[in-house]
Amino acid sequence: MGVFSRMSLIFRSKANKAMDKMEDPRETLDYSYTKQLELLQKVRRGVADVATSRKRIELQIARLKQESDKLHDQAQKALAMSREDLAREALTRRSGLEQQISDLGAQHAALQGEEEKLTLAAQRLQAKVEAFRTKKETIKATYTAAQAQTSVTEAVTGISEELGDVGMAVQRAEDRTAELQARAGAVDELLASGALEDVTGTGKDDITAELERMASTSDVELELQRMKTELTAGPSASTAAIEGGDGSAEPAASDTEEPTP
Amino acid sequence: MIIRILGEGQYELDAEKLTDLNDLDRAVEHAITVGDVEEFRTALTRLLAEVHEFGTPVAGDVFTESDLVLPPSDATLDDVKEMLTDDGLLPG
Repeated sequence: MGVFSRMSLIFRSKANKAMDKMEDPRETLDYSYTKQLELLQKVRRGVADVATSRKRIELQIARLKQESDKLHDQAQKALAMSREDLAREALTRRSGLEQQISDLGAQHAALQGEEEKLTLAAQRLQAKVEAFRTKKETIKATYTAAQAQTSVTEAVTGISEELGDVGMAVQRAEDRTAELQARAGAVDELLASGALEDVTGTGKDDITAELERMASTSDVELELQRMKTELTAGPSASTAAIEGGDGSAEPAASDTEEPTP
Repeated sequence: MIIRILGEGQYELDAEKLTDLNDLDRAVEHAITVGDVEEFRTALTRLLAEVHEFGTPVAGDVFTESDLVLPPSDATLDDVKEMLTDDGLLPG
């Protein structure tokens, strides 16, 4: 027997096991319907979980891109100050980040694929479950023991295969998401640890600190230069201010006494 | 005949259209036995392509069992191996 007929037999035997538990075929219908609703819930949760993981990776990518842009700016500033060593360091770190960004991009695509598959599975299952509910009510309404067993068996085994199929899709998506989440967790830790932002422990990364130190050094130099210029220009400018008037003081005219007559 | 492709749903098609069905089935079986990933991939891809080409999707309100169940296109050889063991295949 071929591989694929064996696979269909495996599906069938699972369905039969579930049915053997029931005495009344109508119970089987209700039982199967409950299982279908449970699975539908599970698939929808699965879609939501995968979407959450996808969004988390999107945030991570955005943050890493920000860091990468910052390092690019730093490299440019460093070069403008003729510090090729610093620029090189910044670009080296940036290329590490770019690698991570591209890894995350691949994970993002994988999650998107799972999300699409699960969304389709949910839609397909929902249509099946709705159709099954109609069928179930029809069978119950026209119930006669003789023919019920056949139609129930038909409906239930038919949908059981569907349940098995969708159940597997959910399982696969869960496994893959868990795997990707573990990797995403590592990136979160890296971001949270501040390894990207704060190598020196001063709240600034070392490259920024060095650039700022250089910038402030050159500010100091400029200030000193300005002061020196002022000082050397000083004597010629201040002498004029000290000069007084011509020094001639007019003696006050003495009162002449009037002779009294 | 009804064929299910896991993750996609059921297709109905004329069994005669699948001329190479038995060959492909044997190829997959052989690939699984000896662990030949390439042979497995080639055979599975061709089989799925044929079902897509000749099959018509089964309507949503039809409940019927499949004569054949095929793994999804991205299934690995190990996935299929696991599916063929009774316990590994189906949750619940």
